[in-house]
Amino acid sequence: MSTQTRVGAFATEAPTAASDGAAARRAGVSPTRQKPFTPWLFLLPYLLLFTVFVIVPSVFGIWISLHEWDYTLPNKPFVGGENYVELFDPNSVNSGSFWTSMRATAIFTVFSVPLLLVLPLFVALLMNKSFPGRNFFRAVYFAPYVLGVAVVGLMWRYLLDNNIGLVNYYLGLFGLPDDTAWTTSVPAAWVALVGVTVWWTLGFNSVIYLAALQDIPAELYEAASVDGANSWQKFRNVTLPGLRPILTFVTINTLIASANMFGQSYIITQGAPGRETRTAIYQIAETGLRNFQMGDAAAMSYVLTFFLMVISVIVFWLFREKKEKPMPQEPSAAREGALR
Amino acid sequence: MGKRLRFTRFMQGAAIAAVGALALAGCSGQGGAQSAGGEFTGEYDGPEVTLQYWNGFTGGDGPFMEQMVDQFMAEHDNIKIESTTQEWSDFYQKLPAAVTAGKGPDVGVMHLDQLATMAARNVIVPVDDLAKELDLSADDFSKEVWDAGVYNDARYGIPLDVHSLAMYYNTEHFAAAGITEPPTDEASFQEALDKLKAAGYETPFWMPALWPAHLMELSLIWQAGGEPYSEDGSEATFDSEEGVDGLTWMRSMVDEGYSPADVAADAQYVAFKNGETSITWDGIWQINDLKESGIPFAAAPVPAIGGDPAVWANSHNFFLPRQAKPDDNKANAAKVFIAWMSENSGEWAGAGMIPARESVRSSVIGGTVQEPIAEQIDNMRFLPAVPGLGPVQAETLEVAVADGVLGKASPEEALQREADRATKLMQENLEKFGG
Repeated sequence: MSTQTRVGAFATEAPTAASDGAAARRAGVSPTRQKPFTPWLFLLPYLLLFTVFVIVPSVFGIWISLHEWDYTLPNKPFVGGENYVELFDPNSVNSGSFWTSMRATAIFTVFSVPLLLVLPLFVALLMNKSFPGRNFFRAVYFAPYVLGVAVVGLMWRYLLDNNIGLVNYYLGLFGLPDDTAWTTSVPAAWVALVGVTVWWTLGFNSVIYLAALQDIPAELYEAASVDGANSWQKFRNVTLPGLRPILTFVTINTLIASANMFGQSYIITQGAPGRETRTAIYQIAETGLRNFQMGDAAAMSYVLTFFLMVISVIVFWLFREKKEKPMPQEPSAAREGALR
Repeated sequence: MGKRLRFTRFMQGAAIAAVGALALAGCSGQGGAQSAGGEFTGEYDGPEVTLQYWNGFTGGDGPFMEQMVDQFMAEHDNIKIESTTQEWSDFYQKLPAAVTAGKGPDVGVMHLDQLATMAARNVIVPVDDLAKELDLSADDFSKEVWDAGVYNDARYGIPLDVHSLAMYYNTEHFAAAGITEPPTDEASFQEALDKLKAAGYETPFWMPALWPAHLMELSLIWQAGGEPYSEDGSEATFDSEEGVDGLTWMRSMVDEGYSPADVAADAQYVAFKNGETSITWDGIWQINDLKESGIPFAAAPVPAIGGDPAVWANSHNFFLPRQAKPDDNKANAAKVFIAWMSENSGEWAGAGMIPARESVRSSVIGGTVQEPIAEQIDNMRFLPAVPGLGPVQAETLEVAVADGVLGKASPEEALQREADRATKLMQENLEKFGG
């Protein structure tokens, strides 16, 4: 998940508020006279990695997108913005398939993100209760997440096969329609891809929610009980506000992960039927790594990046803190999760 | 299922179309049309060398290759071979990268339909002198496979084998349905299907939408006397009448109930192994996998549905990569290796393949499962040596065939749409490679 670094960048931007948020120190007076470059020294290792593996490739990518780039050939003619213009020219050979793939990514994101935000929250709320076997269930919900996409993809490809798969077989046993083409027709393929993805990654968001839930001080719930709040009111007025900072992180993280979906459709549907379930990343990989049209592929990635940035900004804006509210504490698990 | 995946994507995993014109000669001082290693003498008696040998034999063919390599080393104590085996789809992406970075192997095997692309990208060097020295000539090979290794008047590959599609059939089902001879043309194939259905095998011939559907379509086009692409690589012609007829016939198998609708990736093959379907067309490299599965099966040539017998085929070819720092010892040792492998390619028949050399083939093929297919070697057809064709085909023909078989679009519509796209991409390639 190449997005981790970017998420990490967001996470470090989130203010790590001191517990006494109101007491701001006057600038320039610090209790221990530190050298001005001390913080930079601390940052240095990460900055080095960030520069080498994120900034440099990004800038180089822009350079590539301005050329007809094929690294195996000595001559890489400069074409300026042509690769970008072609993407918006319906008659060019790559634009049709690119926008089809962008649409596929959009469909997948729109259906998977809400599910991946809401379902894990339910799971986390359940797992936060104390009941016998709780740890076992926590493990069960998290288990699929440790599998690689290849394992998950192959397994589900066979389970979902419409002629020989177990899913249709069991549906048939229950008297339900047992001839749905889960991997070769839309919309069934989207149901399958979203379903598999939710099953696979639900555990990760659940764990983060769980950590955040456990960070909400018990006193708040006690105070709410004293005020006569019922459980819905507690959830509404204590739990949700307590989850707000983590919600931003989970939302952005899930959005970017969904927008970068590749492995599931590559393995389960192979983009079928036709190119319907080919996601943007899938199409970019095909264009750049198979067809060696790296200039076009780089241009596609920047168009995708642009969309993701706009969406991220919107999410930040939606979840922005109201000025007068004190900043709740950000749970440590979020930062750890972000920097995994 | 690694074996299956390997081939599921071996062609679609074909890497490569290129950008920018390339004059073969005079590229960075070497490569170009000169060969590696100077004069080849057929012997290697220099100091001990270690050769990096890359291939994609990840499936049931892998052990046979390892055996051959071990045997080679036992006979040549001054040549060590270090094999690197990876999925073909990765192989075609990594090889150009490695060679460009000066970290390529010393010798390797690739598919015939990749040779032109890799030659145009200056990844591999000609091996004409090797062919001459080995006294290899068209006489010992089928013309099709021998000619297909030539690009821009230079030879780039030494064929190890040929492998084509075959018709696998369940011998138990055939016996139960009273079919004595495997069908050979449209009429007998139709008759066989009807007999199987009558014997209670509801769906005797599952029609795939993905791999190897496009190879079936290619075979049908050639059988009807058509061509999927123009020889000079300037346009795609698979939307011709022959192409439409082929895809229409494929779809009719679903419409007439011989196949279920919406057959997903690999399902037809799994169904054959489970005895759920009686006939499937697949590559002969699956022979060992089918043997292991214990199913009662036999192989026969793909029936001539389109009229004349013809079938899609491919071939594994030895090649020599361009070297950043040419080393005569290594180059000569590599040639000795290729020569030995070619001489001893009979072993390779154990992997289900058909040795490319007639002199070798005639002595080992008797009694193998692939024997009936080997007899048809002159009907095997290869894609033209056009650089960058592999990925174009994966991007276009495969999509059209899938759409046609799934009934998402009429055969005409799907083929025409994708042929237009393929022609555009091929034109771009011509420009890039300075066609």
